[in-house]
Amino acid sequence: MEYYLVVSAIMMFAGIYGFIVRRSLLGILISIELILNSVDINFMVFNRYLYPDQMEGFFFTLFAIGVSAAETAIAIAICINVYRNLHSIQVKNLDEMKN
Amino acid sequence: MEMTLNEVVFYLLSAVIVVCSILTVTTTRILRSATYLLFVLFATAGLYFQMNYSFMGAVQLTVYAGGVIVLYVFSILLTSSPGGDNERPKMKYVIAGLSAVVAGALLSIYIILSHSFPTSKYVAGEIDMKMIGQVLMGTEKYQYLLPFEAVSVLLLACIVGGILIARKR
Repeated sequence: MEYYLVVSAIMMFAGIYGFIVRRSLLGILISIELILNSVDINFMVFNRYLYPDQMEGFFFTLFAIGVSAAETAIAIAICINVYRNLHSIQVKNLDEMKN
Repeated sequence: MEMTLNEVVFYLLSAVIVVCSILTVTTTRILRSATYLLFVLFATAGLYFQMNYSFMGAVQLTVYAGGVIVLYVFSILLTSSPGGDNERPKMKYVIAGLSAVVAGALLSIYIILSHSFPTSKYVAGEIDMKMIGQVLMGTEKYQYLLPFEAVSVLLLACIVGGILIARKR
């Protein structure tokens, strides 16, 4: 069981590294997906190995997948809108708002 | 050293997850990064199948690998200018991020390996599909109708917001 947690910890810190280092909005979003996915693995492992007769981790993961899909859709809509206005999604160019 | 088939599958999937998640954040092309993310999500679904949660594995495959990755690939192709997205990150940020992340990862892996979890009560076997449906739609204790409805309202708001943000003016 500990090895599952080690794998998801490595995945989570890879996501955090990408979140710090990436320079474009889509790269940051991909890193966020890695972080969310590692947390989902943790919930499933705790549910299977420690409390196999309950279903809390299972349903929490189900709702987390739904929420992260919604978040991705909205964030990609924002990315496309930013690209349409500024012709770039690099973070260093995003230094002004509308007003 | 004797290894069961289950352990062999687990080591294979976790090797794919570790290698591809590191490649996801270190490759310079954003489209390759999305492809490695797809491999990570496939291997995660494989871990769910290996833990006998085949419903969750199917959800992971359809929602993430089917929906989210297609969204990513389309938006990458819509927004990336040719040859412009492969600039290297600044060395200062790479050093700072790498040191913070390696320190954090070593600390958390040390804590995971040294912590004594309660004894594992692993029982193989699927969750019954009928039980999943009843727990998802029930209103009693430990049943999940209210979060289900909240997620459905959230998805509706997400559809409306996505159209509103991304439309042409």
